[in-house]
Parts: sequence; C-alpha cells; structure tokens
Amino acid sequence: MKLAFDIALRFLKSSKGQTALIVLGIAIGVSVQIFIGSLITGLQKSLVDKTVGSAPQITVSPKTDGDFILDAQAQIKTIIAANPDEIINPVAVTQGPAILKTPEKSTTIIMRGFDWKAAQGIYKINDRLVKGKLGLNENEVIIGKDLAEKLSIKIGDTIEMITPTGKTGQFLVTGFFDLQVKSLNESWILTNEETAQTFFETGEGVSQIEMQVKDVFVADEVAMAVENRLNDDTLKVTNWKEENAALLSGLSGQTASSLMIQVFVLISVVLGIASVLAISVVQKSRQIGILKAMGMHNPKASLVFLFQGFLLGVLGAFVGIGLGIGLSWSFATFVTNADGSSLVPFYIDWYFIGISAGIAITASTLAALIPAIRVSKLDPMEVIKNG
Amino acid sequence: MDNFVVEVKGVSKVYGKTIKTVALHEMNLGFKAGSFNAIIGESGSGKSTLLNIIGTLDRPTKGEVIINGVSTRNMSKGRLGDLRNETLGFVFQFHYLLPEFTALENVLMPYRIANGKADKKSQERAKEILDLVGLEKVENNLATNMSGGQQQRTAIARALMNQPKIILADEPTGNLDSQTTDGIYQLFRKINVELGTTFIIITHDRRVAEKADRIVEILDGRISLDIVK
Repeated sequence: MKLAFDIALRFLKSSKGQTALIVLGIAIGVSVQIFIGSLITGLQKSLVDKTVGSAPQITVSPKTDGDFILDAQAQIKTIIAANPDEIINPVAVTQGPAILKTPEKSTTIIMRGFDWKAAQGIYKINDRLVKGKLGLNENEVIIGKDLAEKLSIKIGDTIEMITPTGKTGQFLVTGFFDLQVKSLNESWILTNEETAQTFFETGEGVSQIEMQVKDVFVADEVAMAVENRLNDDTLKVTNWKEENAALLSGLSGQTASSLMIQVFVLISVVLGIASVLAISVVQKSRQIGILKAMGMHNPKASLVFLFQGFLLGVLGAFVGIGLGIGLSWSFATFVTNADGSSLVPFYIDWYFIGISAGIAITASTLAALIPAIRVSKLDPMEVIKNG
Repeated sequence: MDNFVVEVKGVSKVYGKTIKTVALHEMNLGFKAGSFNAIIGESGSGKSTLLNIIGTLDRPTKGEVIINGVSTRNMSKGRLGDLRNETLGFVFQFHYLLPEFTALENVLMPYRIANGKADKKSQERAKEILDLVGLEKVENNLATNMSGGQQQRTAIARALMNQPKIILADEPTGNLDSQTTDGIYQLFRKINVELGTTFIIITHDRRVAEKADRIVEILDGRISLDIVK
C-alpha cells in the first residue's frame, strides 16, 4: 500500500503540468457544483422565506364557516404535543370581514385580532410597525400604511366599521404597519384579541390557530401529525405546501435542473480524469513493466493508478471548494439589487460541499479504474522486448 | 543433477498463430549454482527469448523451467512475481530505472515491493551496494541526472538488493563504452565470487564471453555449442 502510494505521488509530482491540468479540471467541476448548488439552495431559501417566512405555515380552523374554536389555549397545547420539536410560534387568531366607512369612502377589510405577544413570532409586528404604537387597549387598532394612504387616515383618528351581521363599532387608530405585501397592507386591520372577540361576538372562541414549523419543507408531515393528534372532525388543518403547489413544483424543477447540470459536470470530470490517466499509463508503461518484472503484483500496480485518481480527486476537491466558495461569495457580493442588497444571499451549506467533495473524490478514484485495469493487463515482456 | 539452480527442460517457444515462428526448439539446459555463464548467438537466435523464459517473464509453449528445484509451470502470476522478487535479479540492455526516483530509491525498490517500507537495515544495505558499484557520491541523484554507465550500475545494484541466487543479464553493457564494460564485468565477477551468485549473461562481446566459466552458443533456437572451462 505504502509503496503504491509513494509511487503514485512521485508519478504525479514528476509530471507537474499534467497534474495541475487535471486538478484544475476537477477543481472547476467541483466549484461549478458548489456554486450552482449554493446558488439554487440560497435562492430557494430566500424565496421560501419571502413567501412563507412571515406567514402561518400550518393553520387549524373549523370546517364550517362561522364556527369558532373554543378553549384555544388547550387546543394549542394539544397541537404542540403533536410535534414539539418542529412547531413554533402558535397564535390564536380571531378574524372576520367588515366594512370600513369614512365620510368619503367605504371599503371591505379583514379585522384580525390576536395576542400581540404571541403574534410577534409569525408576524413580527414590532418590526413591521412603521408609525405609532400597538393597540393594547379595547377598541384600539393598527392599520396598513397603504389603507391609511388610500383613505387618508391619520393616527388618532376614529374609524367606524360594520360587520356583516350589521354590528357597528368605533375604533381608535394607534399605528400603521407595513407587512411588505400591498394587498395585506390595504385590507388588514390588526387589533388585540379582546377587541376582535367583542366586535365579532365570538365570546371566548377564536377563528383559527396559526403556527410555523422549524423546517418549512416538513410542514405537510407536521400538519398530518397535528390532525391526528387533534382527532376532531369539526376542525381542518391546512399547510402552506398545499396552498403553494405552483411554487413548490417550480422549486423542485429548479432542483432537478441543478442536479442535471451537476451530473453532467461530474461525467465530464470523470471522462477527463480517465482519459488523462489512460495516457499516463502509456507514458509510464516502462516503469510499470520493470516494477512487474521485479515482482510487483498486478493488484499493487493497479493500486498505483487508483491512488493517483484518489490524490487528484482530493487535490481537485480542495481547490474546487476554495474556488466554489469564492465564486459564490463574489456572486453574492457583486451581483446586487438596485438597493445594494445581494440578489441571492451568500449561503454555504457545508453538508452539501462535503457531499460534492466526496463525490468528486469517489468519481476520480473510480475514473482511475479503467487505467488501473489496463495496468493490470500490461505484460512486462512487451516493455522489455520493445525497449 | 540436483545442484542445478536453474534447469530448462524440453522448452519450446513458438510465436504467432497463423504463421508460426519457432524461437526455441526443445531445449534442455542446466546452470550450476554459483557458476558464471555466458550465452552468445546472432541476433534473432532466440537467446533473449531463452533468458526471458528462464526469468519467468515469458512462458514456454512447451516444457518447463525449474528454479531452485521447483517447477514454475503451474505457478500463478503472483507467485511468479514473488519468485522473481526473491530469487532473480534482472539487468537489461536498457537500465529501466524509474526516472521519478533517486538512485538509492531505485535500488531499494525490489525490497519495497516485497516489504512495503524500507527499514534502516535495508537502507544501509542499499548504500553498501551502491558503494560496491562505486556510486556512493550520486546515490541521491534522480536517475535522469546520471551518466549512462552510472545508470547501468544503479540497475545492477538494484538487481543485487534482495540478494538473489541468480542474476540474469541481457546485454548489460550493450550501450556502454569498453572501459565501463570492463568495470561492470569485473564487478559481476566480484559479486559472483564473494556472494556465490549465479550469473547468466547474454553478450555479443566475445572478449566478455571468454571470461565466463561456461559459454553456451545458440543458433536458430538450438544449442550449437556448450563449452565448460
């Protein structure tokens, strides 16, 4: 083993130019893999984060419209028990449609009431509040900044709303929020739980329980567990995945195409190594011939070339990781949006990089199999006869 | 006839399938342990074929080669490799050194093939052999940074490394000037006398052949002359 390794190392060292070329070939392959892999992963992460990061990922609500969930806190406990490791930020929401009337205009809105503290997890209201303060007291609300603009409402104004059942209420506007989605900014009015419960006459009941999961991609599995745990025919459990099927199929298409690119890069790397090593068998046939004449066994002689493939793979993988990370970093740093934030955030997944490197090393070693087989077939007589 | 270290029994070698060329005809030959033998003959007479068959690098079409009293006919490739490594030393017309390694590393190569790592004792032994062939000053030179004579002497040192019973040399001085040639034959003789190593040397050079204990001449794949002094 040691001798085969030493000979492999010496062979690689003796033809530095050739070695450098193969290493560069592998390195470029690995770096493209890492770059494309990180790019796609980073892109998907930021896309998913933008889409569902500040939204409920699993929602539990009554099957019949207009029904309420009673004893929300007990239900939340049951829900969390379904998967305590994944479920985070549960919040009970009381909501309903209403018509907002100003002297000039009226518009349909949705009033959503929740415990401000509990809602911080999903909606990050504290960060989204652009002006004023949260409505902590009864009949205090905050409204979206686009709605405020549209209806020229100012902080301190009192607005009037009517429920579909005809109940009227007066509310004090204490702040404006910006959820960064225009339709929500135009239609949502947020308030504390009691105000909403009183206005919609739900008593102690809430309209739905919302929550997030740590790994957004297992939301469907967690939702299933929640459903089983609740074991309640009157409730339904929905998750973001079933509501965003188009986005998910887009993401999986992206993943598949990036996988395709990576596979083809890998194939070209393997072919490159195999062909250069095959040439090097011819170049080194004198050496191999004499080693065999001196008694080196065929498997050992083959091992010399497998080691060469392995060493090239290791070297190429290391250089490639450096190149790939550098490439991803420069892409994240220099390819930016108009506001200077990077188009795709810099994202390093060491697990993925480890797999890439592992595949490159394995592939290089396997690519050396063909030349290794040729070596084992080489007859020392051929070399000695032909000089 | 038990003291033969190498014995060739009824060996024939035929090349080609459609057009058959017979290189050796039913040859019978034995070499005594510790003897110094020369094989001469025209080029194409079959002498190199004979040496390669004795060296187990080539297999005879018919007959068998017995080395150290053991027939090599049914040995596997691996077993033959071990036999060559332990019992035989080769010196060819071309030195066949590994150009990627230094003289010392080349000499150590047969030892490392058998044992993997070169321990201190083997390193010392390799240095001693290099001293013996007069290369102590260039032992750390790469094979490519030595003269033709130095390279050939390194190849001889390499052949001696595992203390083989038999050294097979095919025109070992074919590429060297007459002064270097003399030096190398003196060296062979010295090793033959001191270590009792059996030498079988192919040569064109009648002067060299005359110094051997025994001269075997081969003509058209047959022994045409066998003189024991």
